[in-house]
Amino acid sequence: MNIHEYQAKQVLQGYGLPVAAGVPVLNANEAEAAAKALPGPLYVVKSQIHAGGRGKGKFKELGPDAKGGVRLSRTVDEVVANVNEMFGNTLVTKQTGPEGKQVNRLYIEDGADIDRELYLSILVDRSVGRVAFVVSTEGGMDIEQVAHDTPEKIITVAIDPDTGVTADDTKKLNAALKLSGDAAKDGETVFPALYKAFVEKDMSLLEVNPLIVMTSGRLRVLDAKVSFDGNALFRHPEIMELRDTTEEDAKEIEASKWDLAYVALDGNIGCMVNGAGLAMATMDIIKLYGKEPANFCDVGGGASKEKVAAAFKIITADPRVEGILVNIFGGIMKCDVIAEGVVAAVKEVGLQVPLVVRLEGTNVELGKKIINESGLNVISADDLDDAAKKIVAAVKG
Amino acid sequence: MSILIDKNTKVLVQGLTGKTGTFHTEQALAYHGTQMVGGIHPKKGGETWTGSNGENLPIFASVAEGREKTGANASVIYVPPAGAGAAIIEAIDAEVPLIVCITEGIPVMDMVKVKARLDKSSSRLIGPNCPGIVTPDECKIGIMPGNIFRKGSVGVVSRSGTLTYEAVFQTTNAGLGQSTAVGIGGDPVKGTEFIDILEMFLADDETKSIIMIGEIGGSAEEEAAQFLKDEAKKGRKKPMAGFIAGRTAPPGRTMGHAGAVISGGKGGAEDKIAAMEDAGIRVSPSPARLGTTLVEAIKG
Repeated sequence: MNIHEYQAKQVLQGYGLPVAAGVPVLNANEAEAAAKALPGPLYVVKSQIHAGGRGKGKFKELGPDAKGGVRLSRTVDEVVANVNEMFGNTLVTKQTGPEGKQVNRLYIEDGADIDRELYLSILVDRSVGRVAFVVSTEGGMDIEQVAHDTPEKIITVAIDPDTGVTADDTKKLNAALKLSGDAAKDGETVFPALYKAFVEKDMSLLEVNPLIVMTSGRLRVLDAKVSFDGNALFRHPEIMELRDTTEEDAKEIEASKWDLAYVALDGNIGCMVNGAGLAMATMDIIKLYGKEPANFCDVGGGASKEKVAAAFKIITADPRVEGILVNIFGGIMKCDVIAEGVVAAVKEVGLQVPLVVRLEGTNVELGKKIINESGLNVISADDLDDAAKKIVAAVKG
Repeated sequence: MSILIDKNTKVLVQGLTGKTGTFHTEQALAYHGTQMVGGIHPKKGGETWTGSNGENLPIFASVAEGREKTGANASVIYVPPAGAGAAIIEAIDAEVPLIVCITEGIPVMDMVKVKARLDKSSSRLIGPNCPGIVTPDECKIGIMPGNIFRKGSVGVVSRSGTLTYEAVFQTTNAGLGQSTAVGIGGDPVKGTEFIDILEMFLADDETKSIIMIGEIGGSAEEEAAQFLKDEAKKGRKKPMAGFIAGRTAPPGRTMGHAGAVISGGKGGAEDKIAAMEDAGIRVSPSPARLGTTLVEAIKG
């Protein structure tokens, strides 16, 4: 789960980390009061969307010469003007895709005098199974580009979970970021506090880009992007409250209510599969035969008839879907349960597009019988190859 | 021979008394008499579990007690996600040689703690978020459907459950059968990686060929490919077929498995396929042709 920058900074502030004073604005008419609550004379107005590249992004509704999604302002009036221009408009960045994202929240922050911009992130390094800091002196830039062009400028420091951030780790991080004096002194508290926040809140990514050294010589978290481990949210009700569902796909929200693993995609063939690997492989084989998948959907190992029906309804409700492929290799998942769920869903919402069903594994004969006796217009397939060819042919029709 | 498990493996069940644990324990007992020797429940020690066919198993209050009283050398975990990390650590502390964790959805930070403990122990953990291990006609640990297996010569190793079934089913249909099939699981932090299992398959006489199924996310497939190249230089080599799921997955989105995500421009399918092909693995473009691709690889 992702949260907004201003929410991330509130979480980090709770761990004593140095962030600028700021006020979130959820309604354009709050802008003046927000700016007046800050010391000035420099303000930053930042679009709050769940995507990076905001500064270089462009608003769809504004001209090509209009400024991006992060703007400096030197007076309260300028803050208000910027908020009015940005609020409610659609920001297109490198990460949003061409459709962009509507800006419904802005964050007004106290400006900072920047000496150096650094990069810092914390993630789980899966190759060693440990939490690791990834740092670079090349902050404020696209870190993927830095990793590609100058990989030697990116330094990783993995942390032993039994000790946490040690003095030696801090020394390594300070050296990697070329910090000295007050900034290095700040590092001694900043690095352990960031680690503590990451571990205690079950984050999956904590990215500070940039971490800045101010002209005063002190460190500050200038931007913060935080994602949380979805599997650990059960123990963080306070984090769940930060969820902004307007940032999520409506179909994915509905799927999450049913505990379905569902990802909306751009193609025309809807898929319903059991198992994540098989679900990905089903998408791949559709592409192999010349069409694009409309979604990833794993109904899981122990789905009920109701859950299967819910998944089927989410898929059929997608207007882009021109055909549906149900692919089940039953291990724990019984084929008759899938068949009953599909039949129930079709009886309720109808079936306007071709449907190919491939069943294999536990209770396969029973499943096939339920489909055959339902009177539904279903194309049966013998194996995965056959199923993919049949759905692609049916859609091309 | 086989790897990891055989007819002499004695298995304890952590989470036996739940619905999932009960169902799969019944299935394991029915599978060529897999030696399920007891269950663990902290509050039900001394009680008896009864399966739907009237089988009885003793319940012990701790893994250590269960191990002491049964001589078990393996444990399978069906404990729900919130308690599964602690269940693995209990098994490590009881020095269980082989721990198989089926549970999906364990917080990754819990697995970081498990991994640190595991590194200081002699236990081997398979999973979590995995379908388990089967040595055909001998022993079944986990949730794989037993009826698709056939004793034979293919070693199967996979990050995905249902794709393991595809590989097993297709090699059964091709008349090859399996030596052992291992699902290593779809989580980012796990007990056993491809390299560990490939090393065992290379060393196992009964395993004549190998299917390796990976997916997007991480770099375990690339590391495995490098390992295979290095071993081939020493003359250790077996025919291999492979598959990578997620060619069409968009970057930045987690595809069902917590570990299946392309992030920071890394972990994409094409890099993995290239590395595997470079190591001499025949990578099938279709998950429906794993069996036939392996047959071609064996013919050379």
